[in-house]
Amino acid sequence: MSAAGLVCTQLTKSFGPVTVLKGIDFTVPHGKVIGLIGENGAGKSTLSSLITGVHRPDSGSMTIDGKPYAPATPGDALAAGVVLIHQEIRLLPELTVAENIFLGRLPRKGGRIDRQRMYDESHAVLELLGAHVDPNRQVKGLSMAVQQEIEIAKAITRKPRYIIFDEPSASLGGNETERVLDQIRVLRDQGAGVVYISHRLDEVREVADGIVCLRDGQRVAGWDTGDVPTTDLVNAMVGREFTYEHVAPEPAHDHRVLEVRGLGRRGVFADINFAVDAGEVFGIAGLVGAGRTETVRCIAGADRADTGDVVVDGKKINAHTPRAAIKAGIVMVPEDRKGQGLNLDRTASENVTLPWERLLAKTGLVTRGIVRAAGEKLSGELDIRGRMGLPVKSMSGGNQQKVLLGKWLVEKPTVFIVDEPTRGVDVGAKMAIYEIIRGLAADGVAVVVVSSELEEVLGLAHRVMVMSGGRQQGILSREEATPQAVMALAVANTSTDDPAYTEDHPVSAGTRQEG
Amino acid sequence: MPKTEPQTTDTTTAAEAPKTTASHRASGNRAADLFRSVPGPLIGLVVIFIAMSFLSPFFLSFRNLINIISQVSDIGVMAVGAAMVIIIGGIDLSVGSTLAFSMMTMAWIYKIQGLPFPVAILIGLLIGALVGLVNGLLSTYARIQPFVATLATMSAAAGLALFITNGNPVTQFPDWFSALTGTFLGLPVEGIILVAIYLIAAFWLRFRPSGRALYAIGGNEEVARLSGINVRALKVRVYVTAGVLASVAGLLVVSRLDSAAPTAGAADLLNVIAVVVIGGASLAGGSGTMFGTFIGLLIIGTLNNGMSLLNVSPNLQPVVIGIAIIVAVLLDRGGLKARGA
Repeated sequence: MSAAGLVCTQLTKSFGPVTVLKGIDFTVPHGKVIGLIGENGAGKSTLSSLITGVHRPDSGSMTIDGKPYAPATPGDALAAGVVLIHQEIRLLPELTVAENIFLGRLPRKGGRIDRQRMYDESHAVLELLGAHVDPNRQVKGLSMAVQQEIEIAKAITRKPRYIIFDEPSASLGGNETERVLDQIRVLRDQGAGVVYISHRLDEVREVADGIVCLRDGQRVAGWDTGDVPTTDLVNAMVGREFTYEHVAPEPAHDHRVLEVRGLGRRGVFADINFAVDAGEVFGIAGLVGAGRTETVRCIAGADRADTGDVVVDGKKINAHTPRAAIKAGIVMVPEDRKGQGLNLDRTASENVTLPWERLLAKTGLVTRGIVRAAGEKLSGELDIRGRMGLPVKSMSGGNQQKVLLGKWLVEKPTVFIVDEPTRGVDVGAKMAIYEIIRGLAADGVAVVVVSSELEEVLGLAHRVMVMSGGRQQGILSREEATPQAVMALAVANTSTDDPAYTEDHPVSAGTRQEG
Repeated sequence: MPKTEPQTTDTTTAAEAPKTTASHRASGNRAADLFRSVPGPLIGLVVIFIAMSFLSPFFLSFRNLINIISQVSDIGVMAVGAAMVIIIGGIDLSVGSTLAFSMMTMAWIYKIQGLPFPVAILIGLLIGALVGLVNGLLSTYARIQPFVATLATMSAAAGLALFITNGNPVTQFPDWFSALTGTFLGLPVEGIILVAIYLIAAFWLRFRPSGRALYAIGGNEEVARLSGINVRALKVRVYVTAGVLASVAGLLVVSRLDSAAPTAGAADLLNVIAVVVIGGASLAGGSGTMFGTFIGLLIIGTLNNGMSLLNVSPNLQPVVIGIAIIVAVLLDRGGLKARGA
């Protein structure tokens, strides 16, 4: 392949003490689609951020057709003809389709915006993509699929030579994904080099002319064809046999604590059934967007379920608010520490006592002493390194995460749900957090662990439920739950009648807050 | 892992802050620690106070100091409600017109409908609560931004205040009512009421779970909700409290002037917010104290009083208030950095 195309040589990148990319060689030839696969956190997005100038590599180099290419900003990358299509859609809903496509570079004529040219060019590129949408209408109200096409159109009008798709299908259904794949083929046939990042292996196999697999920041496998057996891909992604385990002692199974029956939320997930015994750790695995977080949020009262029941100790709970769930003994550690879990400006002690002040204040008064005592007690129990009397943001990520877990352990819960227990923490803190979870189960708490890291779920859980496309694909016992088996269920194609994404979504999917 | 990148800028600034605190602590400079624990507004007040005592021979008399308290008591009472609203990340633009509306209703019930005065007072307070309730419901359940919701009620309440008596002021209230702004053991009664309200509010915000939750709501509403706090109910409660306190301020005005004019309170809104902001609260929500607000009140009161004593043109006085707001906010920002918060 010599020097033709975009060539990355020995790219290395660290964030703080964590090395996320280790000496990656990666080539994108003209007129080819390269599939980039790997587990969450394998380094796929970091690699694409280096190529598109969002971050700069610590070492290593890149060339385009033999010439050095070292983008310092996304602007440099665009100038060199390298564009990124994000997994999140970032359009301005109030502007028209054409205005979005030409955002920041509106064509001008005599000091005024050349609306005719903008319309014509937008129209042409949308037709090329097979998207029949009026360029003069507002983006607001268009379906996710059409919005994704507008993102692609936006990229194409920049006449890129290299396009990176970062999970474009994460929010699309089957037919819509097929359209995106067609559009990628159009781009390829016009000579562009395409990188296609996706968790959905069947799509990658379908569209790619070559596949590269990353794991733990290293390139572990590469194929010069897209026609690779799925099992080979899964094995490459999962890699080593899993050894390190933090599984709690096998529970007695004499006390059913949590039972979820036919739980569903319209357009998000449907028909979820499982039960968790005292002392059991129940894992929920699946890819991003499978509906795991949405499911546990309904159990914990953060969102409202439309159908089904949540039963705790034989009593129907169906909490409509977090307050009701907490009263029933169901607590949830949310996945987004900063946005949902902790108030980083307040002290660690204030954060952990927030849900419990009514219980802690025996006389009705919350004194500084009560708050401090609760904080110090947790700090000792969970080995939190950092001053509990200082704002949480002064702590490291791992200690912040311990504070977040601790917030829900001030009073012993009946059901402990934890969503992404170790997101953004280092290995040492990870092990400590696993021990906390193990200890809770050993103490008779029913634990539900949601995680995108396969080895985390497998290392912690007695049983694992795998979700995909808003449905449960199966519950595996510890013996059955090999990485391969879980991954096979997680990538199962359920997109034919995807319950999650049939409606026209408003632009942002991030507004699910309801009082 | 790359998903966490948007946070990196935050964590770097956060990482710097504790370093400064740590180095301060390492130097073992307890005096500096103590100095930093003194709120910025208090230092400002002391500076203004000392300056005024030198500039005017009349300033530092007991009578004048009592005067300062009396002059700001109505604004001060409203500022308690405004501070709570601002702590939860809201804003209440309707305080001034709520004062006028509830006051005119009370006057109308007493003078024109001829009901007993205590009944009129009660209904006046209920009107304040009602406006607050509307503010609260609009900004929570109806999901209207509080600025817009209270802008609407501000306009409506101001109109109703004029409508009730067709724009005419009402005068001559029971004699005993003027005792509310009289003196008790040489101290102004309205000052005692003012301080009592601040103490109760401070106690609630500091020691009661529901009061403390206001900071959680202002800091991050979703975190508060997921922590089991009934965010909407509490917000409504805060707006109702603010409405009732505006009515109480109206009572003080009537007692002092023995007259209820429908345009009263119209100019108070900006002063009230100025008091809260000078007191160290952030309009972004999640911060602010009753102590700070009280200091802010005294700063505004002292500045106005001092400038009057110095014969500064009344037209220039708002300019000085404006400067005070900016200085207070700038100082506060510096103080926050120093404290590593």
